Amino acid sequence: MAQVHLRDVVKKYGPLEVVHSINLDIADGEFVVLVGPSGCGKSTTLRMVAGLEGISGGEVHIGNRVVNDLPPRERNISMVFQNYALYPHMTVRENLGFSLKIAKQSQADIDKAVDVAAEILSLTPLLDRKPGALSGGQRQRVAMGRAIVRHPEVFLFDEPLSNLDAKLRTQMRVEIKKLHQKLKSTIIYVTHDQVEAMTLADRIVIMRDGHIEQVGTPLDVFENPVNTFVGTFIGSPPMNLLDGVVKGFELEFAGGTRLPVPPGYATQDGQAVTFGVRADNIMPVGHALPRGEHMAEVEMAVDLTEPLGTETLLFATLAGTEVQAKMLNPRPVQSGERMTFQIMLDKCHLFDAETGATLRT
Amino acid sequence: MNRLKLPPWLVLLLPAIIILSAVVLIPLVLSLYSSFTSYRLTRPDSIFNWVGFFNYEKALTDVKFWAAFGRTVLLLTVALNLEMLLGLGLALMVSKVTQGQRLLRTMMMFPMMFSPILVGFQFKFIFNDNVGLVNNALQSLGLTDRAIPWLVDGHLAMFSIIFAEIWTATSVFGILILAGLYAIPRDPLEAAKVDGCTAWQSFRYVTLPFLMPFIYIAMAIRSLDVARAYDIVQIMTNGGPARRTELLWTLIGRTGYVDARMGYANAMGYISIFLAIFFTIYFFKKLTQSRKELGMGA
Ligand SMILES: Nc1ncnc2c1ncn2[C@@H]1O[C@H](COP(=O)(O)OP(=O)(O)O)[C@@H](O)[C@H]1O
Ligand SMILES: [Mg+2]
Repeated sequence: MAQVHLRDVVKKYGPLEVVHSINLDIADGEFVVLVGPSGCGKSTTLRMVAGLEGISGGEVHIGNRVVNDLPPRERNISMVFQNYALYPHMTVRENLGFSLKIAKQSQADIDKAVDVAAEILSLTPLLDRKPGALSGGQRQRVAMGRAIVRHPEVFLFDEPLSNLDAKLRTQMRVEIKKLHQKLKSTIIYVTHDQVEAMTLADRIVIMRDGHIEQVGTPLDVFENPVNTFVGTFIGSPPMNLLDGVVKGFELEFAGGTRLPVPPGYATQDGQAVTFGVRADNIMPVGHALPRGEHMAEVEMAVDLTEPLGTETLLFATLAGTEVQAKMLNPRPVQSGERMTFQIMLDKCHLFDAETGATLRT
Repeated sequence: MNRLKLPPWLVLLLPAIIILSAVVLIPLVLSLYSSFTSYRLTRPDSIFNWVGFFNYEKALTDVKFWAAFGRTVLLLTVALNLEMLLGLGLALMVSKVTQGQRLLRTMMMFPMMFSPILVGFQFKFIFNDNVGLVNNALQSLGLTDRAIPWLVDGHLAMFSIIFAEIWTATSVFGILILAGLYAIPRDPLEAAKVDGCTAWQSFRYVTLPFLMPFIYIAMAIRSLDVARAYDIVQIMTNGGPARRTELLWTLIGRTGYVDARMGYANAMGYISIFLAIFFTIYFFKKLTQSRKELGMGA
């Protein structure tokens, strides 16, 4: 078990800097998820921790050691790759035991460790097959088994579920979480899927363009996004954003629509702002959660509906911008029908229109 | 008149059939037939003198034939293994080069661009005991003061021939193994690093199994090449001294054209072809097996 610290870590490919001086402290036994759009530098960061990429600047600490100059095999980590990266010419048993064989453990110890790992991941009946004869989900489990036999200090996962179908992904997500609860080891997990991040993480690290945008618990980053990027990236459907101007205690949007300034935000008269509201907080009257303290009402025409069963997603237009709203206890809605929506203002967000940074006090 | 009507598919295939018979079938049948006669080039009518398996029995009990056979197998084994090791080393080095790799790859092919006859003449000069490059160099460096008889001493002559073979053909292995190195997926190698492998262990347990199919393809190609080796040996030593470097095909050539005993030569030729076929089948078996190991199609 070990903590991991990144101190001003930089990655450059030639003149191109792709990771810009990031800092991150990961506690012993913590499950941290790096999430962000494709190409934002998640894999590069993870691979620097693994030792598969050189570190152009700053320091990576694992446990009490600076590992910048250590090869992967001296870092006591194990990694699960997106494409599984199994050894195709070895059986599942040999794949699982390979690292122990390299570490010159006795055959009896190897067999025991392999059996335990195979048991945990239900791989026992597959031990004598080669990876070519396994399904995607089974290969994924072998890749995880290979990571756990060694009891490393830190587990690194790079988009391990991306190649699985939706159902299997949900199932494996649960297994990974159980595995973490059982092993209690430090995990750094990379994904571009915010649902995976929300469901798995103790703490989420949201990255964009080689920078860390926000670090926090899943609920924290969901409820208090520091900018519009985090607001729209985390949560599904993405947060609705409306550009407006502060007029006294109200916000004025295109076409003259007005809403009160949500509580808890510092604004100046005439300031250009971006108003953020999630679909969960804008619902048609009569199909909504009980009224809260700070409410506002707007009337909108519904353009399109997406029934999801327990709720229906409504696409409507507010002040010239498309917004998504949620309807509880749904009834059929005609396209073009005008409905009155209530907005839960204390769950809404205000961002600076120019920088996108939150205006929360 | 009732014109002969051939089915259209036969008409369409006829040109191919005629050409194939002319260049493959007829020589094949003729040579096979003549191996059962006492055909001598100097007495054309002897081609009708059927002798049954006499030529084959003679070849199988001929010490000279078996000596040449053994020497060919020896050359094949030594040359192929050394070429494989050198080609592997060459490919590994070239694959590590970051700049000018394309140029190096082209340079690697140079030896293959020369006719084996010219290579033979070149090495005949290089290993010449009086004016040769090797002896000159050794003497200038003061390593020896006598003329080493590279092509005259039996063992040294074999060594010189193997050297020339290796010089020409190591690049066959080099190029094919390089292609194999390019084809290796990056992921398992990274997994091996994380699993604790040193560079050597990664090579031994991951890279090498991926390269085996490529090595066996090169082996199959080269075993055919060496099993029919003729030109280099003919030029460098003409099978000498005292038949110490006589290979199967120099022996067969000599028997057929110098001694004019074509029937006997053809019989030896057919036996020799089994050697080539054996090695080809062997390496293709290994190839299939190594591909199966990697989980690539049956
Ligand atoms: N070997 C490389 N050379 C140059 N640029 C690279 C290299 N590897 C990755 N990059 C760039 O670095 C950025 C981050 O890549 P990566 O960490 O793989 O992103 P992701 O967050 O999708 O995992 C991308 O813009 C990518 O193009
Ligand atoms: Mg990635």
